[in-house]
Amino acid sequence: MTALLPRRGLAQILALIVILAVDRVVSPQFFDLRLQDGRLFGSLIDVLNRGTPVALLSLGMVLVIATRGIDLSVGAVMAICGAIAASLADTHGLPVVLAAALGAGLVCGLWNGFLVAVLGMQPIVATLILMVAGRGIAQLITEGRIVTFSSPDLVWLGNGSVLGLPVPVVIALGMLILTGAVVRGSALGLLIEATGGNARASELAGVGTRAMIIAVYVWCGVCAALAGVIAAADIMGADANNAGLWLELDAILAVVIGGTSLFGGRFSLVLAVLGALIIQTMNTGILLSGYPPEFNLLVKAGVVLAVLLLQSPKLSGFAGIATRLRGTKA
Amino acid sequence: MTLKALFAASATAALLLALPANAGQLTIGFSQIGSESGWRAAETSVSKQEASKRQVNLKIADAQQKQENQIKAIRSFIAQNVDAIFLAPVVSTGWDSVLKEAKEAKIPVVLLDRDIDPSGKELYLTAVTSDSVHEGEVAGDWLAKTVGTKPCNIVELQGTVGASVATNRKKGFDTAVAKHANLKVVRSQTGDFTRAKGKEVMESFIKAEGGGKNICAVYAHNDDMMVGAIQAMKEAGLKPGKDILTVSIDAVPDIFKAMVAGEANATVELTPNMAGPALDAVAAFKDKGTVPPKWIQTESKLYTAADDPQKIYDSKKGLGY
Repeated sequence: MTALLPRRGLAQILALIVILAVDRVVSPQFFDLRLQDGRLFGSLIDVLNRGTPVALLSLGMVLVIATRGIDLSVGAVMAICGAIAASLADTHGLPVVLAAALGAGLVCGLWNGFLVAVLGMQPIVATLILMVAGRGIAQLITEGRIVTFSSPDLVWLGNGSVLGLPVPVVIALGMLILTGAVVRGSALGLLIEATGGNARASELAGVGTRAMIIAVYVWCGVCAALAGVIAAADIMGADANNAGLWLELDAILAVVIGGTSLFGGRFSLVLAVLGALIIQTMNTGILLSGYPPEFNLLVKAGVVLAVLLLQSPKLSGFAGIATRLRGTKA
Repeated sequence: MTLKALFAASATAALLLALPANAGQLTIGFSQIGSESGWRAAETSVSKQEASKRQVNLKIADAQQKQENQIKAIRSFIAQNVDAIFLAPVVSTGWDSVLKEAKEAKIPVVLLDRDIDPSGKELYLTAVTSDSVHEGEVAGDWLAKTVGTKPCNIVELQGTVGASVATNRKKGFDTAVAKHANLKVVRSQTGDFTRAKGKEVMESFIKAEGGGKNICAVYAHNDDMMVGAIQAMKEAGLKPGKDILTVSIDAVPDIFKAMVAGEANATVELTPNMAGPALDAVAAFKDKGTVPPKWIQTESKLYTAADDPQKIYDSKKGLGY
């Protein structure tokens, strides 16, 4: 029984199923899929495609949160890297564009990591600096305009397809597998959790907590850079004022919905990505429902509250009693 | 010796050349909001052009979206005793005391693009703004005329919920469309004035309305959302501009690019030239004492594919949109 239904993740999967069912009710054609120009077309694909930026952000964010940190700058980093990619796209090849954008993300992550791990700043304050300054940097790069490009290579990153799936979805899947392989295929994940659980004890036990913290911020920066490039490629332009705006909050929400505590320690990559999908499934459902937009935020808040209630220790305590009762009967 | 004479001669010549221009030249201080959008950048560059056309010395202060910077700029303009002050207010309230200072210094203030609260008071000379309700009406009237008597289902991409521009552009369009029984807004959702959201919302509209077959026209509160929506239609295998009519507001260069490609039908201009009418009003006030009306409405011009979009694109491209 416990093997079939893992305790961790049950609430999230349940929430996703319920929201999908509600989407089906408000929009009968929700699960319809067809091929359009060699690419799958339908609301489900929209959910995956539109959920990609937040899913990518949550992959970095979950590691940062696991070390008891937080990164508020990811939205601004998206804007910076999207701006860099867009301004280079028509004059340079894709490898140069990607290297420059991801490099910028890496530098942003290093900066955050330096402030937190070396200077010992509070993560929320340290990353707030780049959150504010970063959008300014992005606006300087684009000179306040929307920089458009027509480079087919970069456009493909946002709008192309691989085996019928949108390229962004494939990239996000690849990043999930890569991140999972690195942190769970080695002791790295455990060391990150140890750092978040008790940094002082881990330090004394020989864990390089400073290196761990810098590493997770760097990874978070790289993930944000990738999300920024995809967001720019999607609209064939870099919009420094709006790219990634408030997405740091969605990313944090995705991680929290995924059951990772803001106090650090145990984390789950898959559930964080599932959290991002839950958010997007709800967003797409709201758009399809045809309700006036004044209700959007209200509905969103209600659903988030419900999902988090589903995970609250008190409620799962009741569920635990029920399981134990069943266990004694068997 | 000859060198000295040459210097003296050229200095006198320069002085003589400079004098007639200086004699009647107005100096105007312009407190601009900052670089919040492409339109704002275009407004700044058009203001410079219009000022140099009239040989006005325009001093622009960039407030970086902060009211305190604007108040500081206005105080420094008052200290410099400029002939007039242009103000594009970042927020609508909190201007009373600084505008009173300008009034006491007898420097007329002209509001550009946005009005302040309380509106129409004697604190400023005039306000040059566009009527965003009228913009929506122009868009709606064009659609009604183009569609004729055929039934037409319209989807609407609204601006940010609660933004007055969005509310007004919706109101104007609704008024125009309500006069025609064959026109119906079937879906309306916010796209936050951005390309990315415009695209995402249009994707959902297309899915919700039978793959786009039930949609006859899209109305977007700004061109950026429409550019996103056009991409969404193309990716769904639809032909924007033919299968689905488009009408949006602002007239930014990229919508003309889409018009050249036959993917957009119409746009209503929010002119970046607010300084031109303001400069004329100030000149008339200074020369003849003509007091302008409290509100100068700019023209909401409609552009379609018939207006040589390529030429307009070329002329707008360099403005900083």
